[in-house]
Amino acid sequence: MSPDGTDNNRRRFLTAATVVVGAIGTVAAAIPFAKSWNPSARARSAGAPVEADISKIEPGGIITIKWRGKPVWVVRRDDKALSTLSEVADNLRDPESEDSIQPEYALGETRSIKPEYFIVVGICTHLGCSPGYRPNMITADFQGGFFCPCHGSKFDFSGRVYKGVPAPTNLTVPPHYYINDGLVLIGEDGVA
Amino acid sequence: MKKVFIIVVGLLMPVLSWGVESTTYPNDKIEIDWDDKASMQRGARTFVNYCMSCHSAKYSRYNRVGQDLEISDSLLLDNLIFTTDKKGDKTKVGELMTITMTPDYAERAFGVVPPDLSLIARSRGVNWLYNYLRGFYVDETRPLGMNNGVFDKVAMPHVLVDLQGYQEVKTIMQPDGQGGEHEVIVGFELVKPGSQSKSEYDQTVHDLVAFLDYLAEPYKQTRQKVGTGVIIFLFILLILTYFLKKEYWKDIH
Amino acid sequence: MSEKSSNKGLIGWIDARFPLTKMWEEHLSKYYAPKNFNFWYFFGSLALLILVIQIVTGIFLTMHYKPDGEMAFTSVEYIMRDVDWGWLIRYLHSTGSSAFFIVVYLHMLRGVMYGSYQKPRELIWLFGMFIYLALMAEAFMGYLLPWGQMSYWGAQVIISLFGAIPVIGDDLTLWIRGDFVISDATLNRFFALHVVAVPLVLIMLVVMHILALHEVGSNNPEGIEIKNHKDENGNPLDGIPFHPYYSVKDIVGVVVFLILFSIVVFFMPEMGGYFLEHANFVPANQYQTPDHIAPVWYFTPYYAILRAVPDKLIGVILMFAAIFVLFILPWIDRGTVHSIRYRSSAYKWLLAMFVISFIGLGYLGALPLSDFRTFFARVYSIGYFGFFLGLWWISKNEKTKPVPERIQ
Repeated sequence: MSPDGTDNNRRRFLTAATVVVGAIGTVAAAIPFAKSWNPSARARSAGAPVEADISKIEPGGIITIKWRGKPVWVVRRDDKALSTLSEVADNLRDPESEDSIQPEYALGETRSIKPEYFIVVGICTHLGCSPGYRPNMITADFQGGFFCPCHGSKFDFSGRVYKGVPAPTNLTVPPHYYINDGLVLIGEDGVA
Repeated sequence: MKKVFIIVVGLLMPVLSWGVESTTYPNDKIEIDWDDKASMQRGARTFVNYCMSCHSAKYSRYNRVGQDLEISDSLLLDNLIFTTDKKGDKTKVGELMTITMTPDYAERAFGVVPPDLSLIARSRGVNWLYNYLRGFYVDETRPLGMNNGVFDKVAMPHVLVDLQGYQEVKTIMQPDGQGGEHEVIVGFELVKPGSQSKSEYDQTVHDLVAFLDYLAEPYKQTRQKVGTGVIIFLFILLILTYFLKKEYWKDIH
Repeated sequence: MSEKSSNKGLIGWIDARFPLTKMWEEHLSKYYAPKNFNFWYFFGSLALLILVIQIVTGIFLTMHYKPDGEMAFTSVEYIMRDVDWGWLIRYLHSTGSSAFFIVVYLHMLRGVMYGSYQKPRELIWLFGMFIYLALMAEAFMGYLLPWGQMSYWGAQVIISLFGAIPVIGDDLTLWIRGDFVISDATLNRFFALHVVAVPLVLIMLVVMHILALHEVGSNNPEGIEIKNHKDENGNPLDGIPFHPYYSVKDIVGVVVFLILFSIVVFFMPEMGGYFLEHANFVPANQYQTPDHIAPVWYFTPYYAILRAVPDKLIGVILMFAAIFVLFILPWIDRGTVHSIRYRSSAYKWLLAMFVISFIGLGYLGALPLSDFRTFFARVYSIGYFGFFLGLWWISKNEKTKPVPERIQ
């Protein structure tokens, strides 16, 4: 107690306690407002996984599925395409897919669950254009795959980016699993 | 003291204008137990099977109903979802509970668009709904042969008539408070039974109304739970701030 | 260059460029307020708190709301159901709007009871009255936004009142609505006014209200001017610095308020249909009027006066007169004693009559008409205006009690 009778320690304690509890309350009150920015139930519903019927794709063929507002390709790679995967490895920036986004079951050369079917988000990792599917575009330094018309980025049949093009990483592979041989669910990992 | 009495009476005068007699029938009150999920599940089933041909619940999502009422996605798809999207694929569980009948068609068919029922429990109230759904009676003068003791000359058919059966109305004449007389309903008499007894039908309607109550405010229980936590926290803060104030105000005499 | 403070460091750097410490001292740590503030003095700071709550929750609602006739109602239900915690933000905003009026009415009653509107505080009162007007406009326009049945028809009724003005009435209502009936055009412009224009006006008025208050100093329940007796430092003997004494006391008031507020928000947000009206859970239908249209509870006193008068134009005039007469209260009251504690018993009766009339009018304004109720609405209307007439009459030579010099 100081000479004039005020208990400064008690004041400090009460003030500190009130400030701490008040701060907790303020943070707790702010949380619902921050969470209101999360994708709403409507966005989550529109972003829900989609089923793709792949049973009718011919060898070498491609279909486009819409998922979360983005194009997702399902390509049925023929033997010729699959054989290029090991040949072009030296020309690729990231052949082991260390920097790109894909589920752990979509690594290696084929970057897919089944080698025959390649599932990939059709958006160039450079600036977001949608590349074209070019299975027969064979040049000195390109064995076919995907070619982006905007700035010339090239990707192989597993969406792996070539060296010397503007795109920095391989194309993104979305989570997916096979409901049965002819039906794949895009947007969700399968149950192990 | 006498002055205070006069003032209080003066203040209370307009309250004497309260207490208007209700002329609708039936006139019961119900209690909804929000923890009785089974009741709401039955109500959801009744709703989808009987009501959703004409009435949408377009602010509600199937998977939200499934989550709150503990119905799995597959049970939802099998028992509660009967619509498809434009491509012909079955409506997904994350979709809103819309119907295929367009408002234009409905207006041509019924003269009035059957209202969306997502919020009906908040606009009409659970008691009104419980009485309305049990208040249909045979009336040859109406186009569909039925009238309703709660909603006179309603355009809606008695969709649940197979369950309740047909009832006829018993009326008496009563003074109408303006010098004349009017007909007042005092009871019903079952003339052709349905597949449910009276108590079974009352339970069916109770469950349906419980579901509608849930549908109007699905987050109600969350709201109450969070509220309890908030108020407890505020009381703790009140104790602290009160002692802080008292401590500082010791300075002032 | 003047050296304002001797503060070192960051504060000193700011003070050399911005009157930070000066403002802190002038308005908080060295603003001397009377030491006898009671319960009635909580409501100013609470009103400020609610203004902040409304602005913050309003901003977050605007992030999801769609001001379009086809989408507005749906977007509100989207907020309630699909947006995470959207229901809480909406209930905070709807409850806050009613809480604002409860607090403001009590705040105004304090001003009347203790003569806070008298010289030299007339301008504070006038700014306050403009805040009240802006608040009513803000609430009225905000209520249209959910686009429910009551939103639509309530707006229809109130805007058509302007049609009662002779000569220009019909053109005026057409201009306000932007269409021949309340429509999407009306909704969109009310949205712009409600979200941007009126909040800016409100904030500006609140700042002016507080600056005018601090210029003169606060009144108090005794109605004594504390600046009449100062100590050797020039501080009022019966005054205490706002900070820390009233900051710490107002915080208690805030917490108590938040408890009551939370009870409503979390356990009874509809408040029996008075805060969120039942008819507003039905989308607006311009071809079908609800059985019973009533304005939201905080407008019902004026609505009751309007309906009590059998003539449409005179009813509108009297309704506006009921608000206007509050503006000129500082000049109606010709007395010099501020506080009810030292005024005549005639004054106390008059004030009691006013309060009972206001509450009675409010109650009747929410109910459907009947002969019995119309009679009492007229009685209460006379009671309402009678307060001002009576006050003007008695205040010239009022039998007041001697006012002490110091606060005991």
